[in-house]
Amino acid sequence: MTLLATLGLTAFYGDFQALFGVDLTVAEGEAVAIIGANGAGKSTLLRTISGLLPAPRERILYRGQAIGALPPADIVARGVALVPEGRRLFPSLSVEENLLMGQQCGRKGPWTLDRVYRLFPMLRERRRQPATSLSGGQQQMAAIGRALMTNPELLLCDEISLGLAPVIIRDVYAALPGIRGEGTTLIVVEQDVNRALGIADRVYCLQEGRVTLEGRPSDLTREQIKLAYFGV
Amino acid sequence: MDWINAIIQGALIGGLYALFAAGLSLMFGVMRLVNIAHGDLIVLASYLALVVVETLGLSPFVSLAIVVPAMFVLGYALQRGLLNFTLGGDILPPLLVTFGLSIIIQNALLEGFSADDQKLQVGGFETASIQITDQLAIGWFPAAIFLTAVVVIALLELLLYRTALGRAFRATSDDPDTAKLYGVRNQHVFALATGISLAVISIAAVFLAVRTTFDPASGPARLIFAFEAVIIGGLGSLWGTLAGGVVLGVAQAIGAQLNPGWETLAGHVAFLVVLVIRPRGLFPKLAD
Repeated sequence: MTLLATLGLTAFYGDFQALFGVDLTVAEGEAVAIIGANGAGKSTLLRTISGLLPAPRERILYRGQAIGALPPADIVARGVALVPEGRRLFPSLSVEENLLMGQQCGRKGPWTLDRVYRLFPMLRERRRQPATSLSGGQQQMAAIGRALMTNPELLLCDEISLGLAPVIIRDVYAALPGIRGEGTTLIVVEQDVNRALGIADRVYCLQEGRVTLEGRPSDLTREQIKLAYFGV
Repeated sequence: MDWINAIIQGALIGGLYALFAAGLSLMFGVMRLVNIAHGDLIVLASYLALVVVETLGLSPFVSLAIVVPAMFVLGYALQRGLLNFTLGGDILPPLLVTFGLSIIIQNALLEGFSADDQKLQVGGFETASIQITDQLAIGWFPAAIFLTAVVVIALLELLLYRTALGRAFRATSDDPDTAKLYGVRNQHVFALATGISLAVISIAAVFLAVRTTFDPASGPARLIFAFEAVIIGGLGSLWGTLAGGVVLGVAQAIGAQLNPGWETLAGHVAFLVVLVIRPRGLFPKLAD
């Protein structure tokens, strides 16, 4: 069953158009990767779905309902949570308080503080520390944990490998199967194509605000991906 | 001994300035809104208490049961209906709008109550005191002011650091866009902050109206005391704000002891001295 669909989605930063009619469908339980170069519109797509950027109402359907014009608080309350690019932890809150912010939306489900601490044990040890005292990888785990605390049906991960060492990226990505195991649908935005192909059931490639390729990783050739990614 | 009495008295009265400052600090902390009408809202709360006392025949302290919730509702409505529209990247619109609000409140009060001085009466309680030694006495009223300030600030600390709403306040202060992603409705959170701020200052407003006279034009002076207490204490620290209020109160008491005309001046001088020696205040908490 289709969980999320965008229909000819457009997005603007002022006069600058960042998305030009993006069509995307995500089925319940799927893991979808969105790849593309810097500035291709990947983050914009996730920010628009989350309600941070305005969209025409009917252009985003969640469980068949138009959510395009809803504020972010209503979208997270329906079960769509974003792990924002650059992690964006709240610096004056402790690690645990950052996680608890996920409960503001009031959704109940399998994800509790204890469940998040079992997924990321090092967060439990550092739960009283300021969020800013964590290493980059730990901050990324806290940011994922905070989004999980909203008990999402659909988790949007924006470049969770950004700025991290390869061995740390591996640790962060190792958490994703456990998250899917709880029935959570995933959309992962990633510049690291191999990383993205490794976890995704389906891949979309964006280039300059348009979808240039869509398919199952096993069906796509390297040449197709290279062409869609770079346009050369 | 006169000196010691004056200083103790000043320190206790400092609790009032601390409450004014805590309200100002809360609004600035949560939404970076500098409320120029803060002092006039304090005076408005005093007039509201005056009306309640005169029409219902209540004691000023009992009138708090009506004034505090009423000011909370006013604050919520003011933020939702007006001030939220001024917030954004630019600090100028809220300054201009609250400046305008300040003028409107002053003139409305002048129209409704004339320029006459007003005062609330609590009878003997205002001058009653506990005799510590032959020459040393602590007034019941200043002691009650200080105790109230400590309790209110402790409650604000609990709210900010032990509740979900407090977390939402601090998270919104850090990063309003990201806070939205987790279900925080900024418009509502800002309105609650202003409501709480006005509830806090209305307590201080009633106490101050018992202690000194007020008229429609006394708002700006109250605003300056609040600003000074916040800056002396250090931005972002509620207990620092209490210390700031006490420093201001003691300085005023010393000034008044030297020469009755120097009371207000001495407070401003203390503020400038702190600004020179410790530009970030005594107990700074917020990073720049």
